[in-house]
Amino acid sequence: MLSRFVTSALFAGAATGLIAGLLQFVFVQPVLLHAELYESGELLHFGAEAVSAHPALPGFDAVRDGLSLIFTMLTYTGYALIGVAAMSLAEERGALINARSGLIWGVAGFVVFHLAPAFTLAPEVPGVAAADVGARQIWWFATVGAAAVALWLLAFGISWIGWGVAVVLLLAPHLAGAPEPDRFIGTVPPEIAALFAARALGVGFAAWVILGSFAGYFWQREAAHE
Amino acid sequence: MTTLTQSLSTTRTRLVPTVFAMMLGVALIALTGHVQAAALHDAAHDVRHATGFPCH
Repeated sequence: MLSRFVTSALFAGAATGLIAGLLQFVFVQPVLLHAELYESGELLHFGAEAVSAHPALPGFDAVRDGLSLIFTMLTYTGYALIGVAAMSLAEERGALINARSGLIWGVAGFVVFHLAPAFTLAPEVPGVAAADVGARQIWWFATVGAAAVALWLLAFGISWIGWGVAVVLLLAPHLAGAPEPDRFIGTVPPEIAALFAARALGVGFAAWVILGSFAGYFWQREAAHE
Repeated sequence: MTTLTQSLSTTRTRLVPTVFAMMLGVALIALTGHVQAAALHDAAHDVRHATGFPCH
């Protein structure tokens, strides 16, 4: 039984991580490298001279980008393990799990792990001001956990009480607020920071929909081997 | 009765791997996205930013 979880999560996570890593390399990494030119002080926003919006960026770095690809695959394998565990629980309650229904699981996963925390703690480009990382991580885990329970209640709840609790869980972290920096010291132009946040969420959405579908597919496929 | 017993035992055999898979998944995400050890942070730096994890 355990092998069904691990095998389907490994296949789905590794394949998705590969796709997500390539999407990040094409769409997110150039924005990140651009921001780092400001973070390092090589470019200066509102300095004495106007700065070109299209500087030369460092190219492909085998070690750096290779590590990013490996860590993206590991991250999405972690998501996939959580995903198939949740799918298994839902299947026991009569839900149909396959590649098609997996698409909706993917959208839900994106909301839980990316959109919910990003609503108040937007994806940060390097070089922006932020509060203590430990405090932000606690808030991140609490928000993701609350969103996960909330979406489960929305999908599988059968009473208004459950749906009401879901709404409260979705709103509470944002009404309470995330840890914020005392002052803004960001050196990166807002145009770059905004593009970075949008790209991070866009790639996250695509990757999650793919992950959900793959997880549903492999979960169903591995059932045949039992 | 047989059906009930079967479904109960299915639930039990599934519960342990479900919990294990979930914990393993959370541990993996904590490792790639959150542990602040310098080597791990540097290696995962770009991914942490691109995935929207709090990085540093």
